[in-house]
Amino acid sequence: MTGSPSTPKSFQEILMRLQAYWAAQGCAVLQPYDMEVGAGTFHPGTTLRSLGSRPWAAAYVQPSRRPTDGRYGENPNRLQHYYQYQVLIKPSPPDLQALYLGSLQAIGIDMDLHDIRFVEDDWESPTLGAWGLGWEVWCDGMEVSQFTYFQQVGGHDCKPVSGELTYGLERLAMYVLGIDHVMDMPFNDPQSPISLTYGDIFRQTEQEYSRWNFDQADTEMLFQHFRDAETECERILAAPVRDKAGRAIIMAHPAYDQCIKASHLFNLLDARGVISVTERQAYIGRVRALAKKCADAFVMTEAGGGNPAEAA
Amino acid sequence: MPDLLLELFSEEIPARMQGKAREDLKSLVTNGLVEAGLTYASAGAFSTPRRLVLSVEGLSGQSPTLKEERKGPRSDAPEAALEGFLRSTGLTRDQLELRDEKKGQVWFAVIEKPGRAAPEIVAEVVEQVIRSFPWPKSMRWGSGSLRWVRPLHSILCLLTDESGASVVPLTVEGITAGNTTEGHRFMSKGRFPVSSFDDYRAKLLKAHVVLDSAEREARIWHDATTAAFAQGLEVAEDKGLLAEVAGLVEWPVMLMGAIPERFLDLPPEVLQTSMKEHQKFFSVKNPRTGRIEKFVTVANRETADHGETVLKGNLKVLSARLSDAKFFWENDLRTVKTVGMEGMAAGLANVTFHNKLGSQADRIARIEALAREIAPLVGAAPDLAAEAARVVKADLQSAMVGEFPELQGTMGGYYARAAGLPDAIAAACKAHYSPLGPSDEVPTEPVSVAVALADKIDTLAGFWAIDEKPTGSKDPFALRRAALGVTRLLLANGSRLSLLQLLLDPIRRCRASMVRAGSFPAAEIPDLSNDRVEKECALVLAGDLLAFFHDRLKVFLRDQGIRHDIIDAVLAMPGNDDLTLLVKRAEALSATLKTEDGANLIQGFKRANNILTQAEEKDGVEYSFGADPKFAEGPEEKVLFAALDRAEAAIAPAMKAEDFPAAMTAMAALRAPIDAFFTAVQINSDNQVIRRNRLNLLHRIRATCGQVADLTKIEG
Repeated sequence: MTGSPSTPKSFQEILMRLQAYWAAQGCAVLQPYDMEVGAGTFHPGTTLRSLGSRPWAAAYVQPSRRPTDGRYGENPNRLQHYYQYQVLIKPSPPDLQALYLGSLQAIGIDMDLHDIRFVEDDWESPTLGAWGLGWEVWCDGMEVSQFTYFQQVGGHDCKPVSGELTYGLERLAMYVLGIDHVMDMPFNDPQSPISLTYGDIFRQTEQEYSRWNFDQADTEMLFQHFRDAETECERILAAPVRDKAGRAIIMAHPAYDQCIKASHLFNLLDARGVISVTERQAYIGRVRALAKKCADAFVMTEAGGGNPAEAA
Repeated sequence: MPDLLLELFSEEIPARMQGKAREDLKSLVTNGLVEAGLTYASAGAFSTPRRLVLSVEGLSGQSPTLKEERKGPRSDAPEAALEGFLRSTGLTRDQLELRDEKKGQVWFAVIEKPGRAAPEIVAEVVEQVIRSFPWPKSMRWGSGSLRWVRPLHSILCLLTDESGASVVPLTVEGITAGNTTEGHRFMSKGRFPVSSFDDYRAKLLKAHVVLDSAEREARIWHDATTAAFAQGLEVAEDKGLLAEVAGLVEWPVMLMGAIPERFLDLPPEVLQTSMKEHQKFFSVKNPRTGRIEKFVTVANRETADHGETVLKGNLKVLSARLSDAKFFWENDLRTVKTVGMEGMAAGLANVTFHNKLGSQADRIARIEALAREIAPLVGAAPDLAAEAARVVKADLQSAMVGEFPELQGTMGGYYARAAGLPDAIAAACKAHYSPLGPSDEVPTEPVSVAVALADKIDTLAGFWAIDEKPTGSKDPFALRRAALGVTRLLLANGSRLSLLQLLLDPIRRCRASMVRAGSFPAAEIPDLSNDRVEKECALVLAGDLLAFFHDRLKVFLRDQGIRHDIIDAVLAMPGNDDLTLLVKRAEALSATLKTEDGANLIQGFKRANNILTQAEEKDGVEYSFGADPKFAEGPEEKVLFAALDRAEAAIAPAMKAEDFPAAMTAMAALRAPIDAFFTAVQINSDNQVIRRNRLNLLHRIRATCGQVADLTKIEG
């Protein structure tokens, strides 16, 4: 495997090469979901679309927020806001490993110089009631991606099985570009008239959000929002299948939005340190219960391979 | 005699599962072949990250023809009986034989099961094994329903004999067996055919795959130690890591790198753990400085630049990881230097130990009180033991142990020294967790012993108090290990104490913690100030817990070669909650029973005891009045009296000194006089005075010989 393309110059070039590569493999290139999520898996393009029998192939960037990982922009690798690149193909194609390796070549990793390894790492999301088997992919000892065959999501067996790839974009790009501190990474081409680094764009926001996440977020309000999202999610799902005009419409996605909200609110509360060890499990259980109900609803919709009219 | 070659080629199999998968593949396939009537000469299983392989040599070409004879109804039986017989045998009437038997003519069916060819049997067995393979975790992929550890891509299944190789006709979930495989993922291209195991192995090697994990391990270890030796360094041995690394590569390439200077001051345990856990690196020590200065990593390939890029990448990850570790280390040191170990431990008040038993801080307070009580019994200063108990778990709040839980105790030792605490306390940080397993070293430093005992006893008392005892194979809180730990601590240190008494206070303290944690239903909250009731309650739980200790002790002593009946015999003695005393008795008895006199003494003792017990039952009296030598008749009886006098004179001081071997030796000396007595003397004499006196003499034997252990429990 020679003839790797040239080394990219910037963070955005790596991102665009991934988009072009997976588009060329036939994936629908989706846009980020317009809500705060902890990982690309939460995008309904993964969570919900991995359910049911209908084929699916999508790739997208997902901005992800992990409030507890905030380091005021000082840590070379840790951020409370970062980007994940996510690929989900259902059913998982037999050559998914080869396709994945092709994507590494596409972003300039020369297969003749590097040591790529698939090291056991089973994935589990207690909040989504989901698990799968797979690996973390190592490039010269560094984890560059997560590779998972989904077995269960929202308590439902995945049939067929989806193959999921998740790239931590900053870390991968820093490695490809040879950068030691994320804030020093060129975001656009460093030769551009106005060259911008990752730090130019995100140092200040990392500081602002770190302060808000850790010290300022109004916990009472967050608790209230959590309860609101939980109540609304359940209310949406409890609504009759037929609307006032008699159409059979199951509102799986609006309900799932509330589940996403609850999950992020929990993460914020966790960062504020107001959830004790014992309560933690209970909150995770509450989010999981919502995720399961949303999954139950989605599999009755058309996109989930069901027939809403029958559920009515 | 064909040979069988089977390769199951898949995506990467987790390293930790490969060893058992090899064993399972070998036993499941060979058992299946043998059950189907085939024989074989030898079999070997192999694995790489991407393949599971079996080679069976000298397989029989087919299973033998089996002839079965079944007796049917008599010729004059009703037609229905014959029809039933025909149905059950699947034969027609003209295939039956009519034979003459004593009672007339009888129908016989001779059913011949023809042998089956090896390929047919192999195909069946292999498919069955694939479909039911016992992976610890398996998965589906794509649209299929087959389960394997990771997606299964191809099956190579060949039978080879003098006339050549042929593919076994076999299809599992759309995968049809063939005679081809592929080599290394990056260093080889395309599929190639193979014709036998030797050919397979040789072609794989050319395609940059070392088939045998033992060979990969040997290569890695040889290359690493050779490179280290050339620089005057030593690779830290780690068999588990070696096996894991060998399971991650098909073509091992050893690379050695230097740890950046700025990290060399980190404790060696931190360097080693971080490198092993995160990156699966071996540590390389410099014997001159005693430090870990280099590392060995194993890549899965050769590269165009001879590993330069690979090593550079690995170093980068190492630096990031060690920067974290250094940050934790410096932060933790600053913490203990400013607020001390107890300051570091303060946060444990917010950490739940168990929701029914309260926080870690509650638990530490209980351990402190108990360590203070135990200290004088094991030769430790109570204040020192109490201080140690307060700080030995402080490192659970350190950043380093948060990242590497396996460094608990080890880090505590470093931090305690940095906080200026005495060596005895620093040592107890790690030692108080010991012994962890049945062969783990047992602490002997008194402060460590006191805290180790207190830690384990508190755990047991707590889980007994909340009724979370181990059941069957379930022991989630490792309580069996804790009980064995207490036992080994007491025995190794020769500690003398009443375990039952020692358990009372900890149980009561745990009940107090339960009340504070709100663990009792409202109607059942105990009144802790009611001393009498609490004491009774504690006694019941302590008695049950003591029985658990005795069970663990039995297992422990059985492993030391002491028979279970010997243990029962000493458990029947008073003071059986002093485990050290108990084991001294058991060892003395066990040693005596191994001598001829000892074994025979038991026979004599039992005979005496049986006659006496029967007589006592029959007469309704206990013959414990003391035998009088003046009624002794023959020389054997007189000799026995004298022997008992001598034995008792020797046994009394020995018992007082708890010199059980001496006491048992004195008892064993009674064997000859007792044997002679029974040979010569009839107990049940017509003379009632003589009879009673002899029964009283037997009682003396029973009393004398029963001082170390209850010999009636000895079997045989």
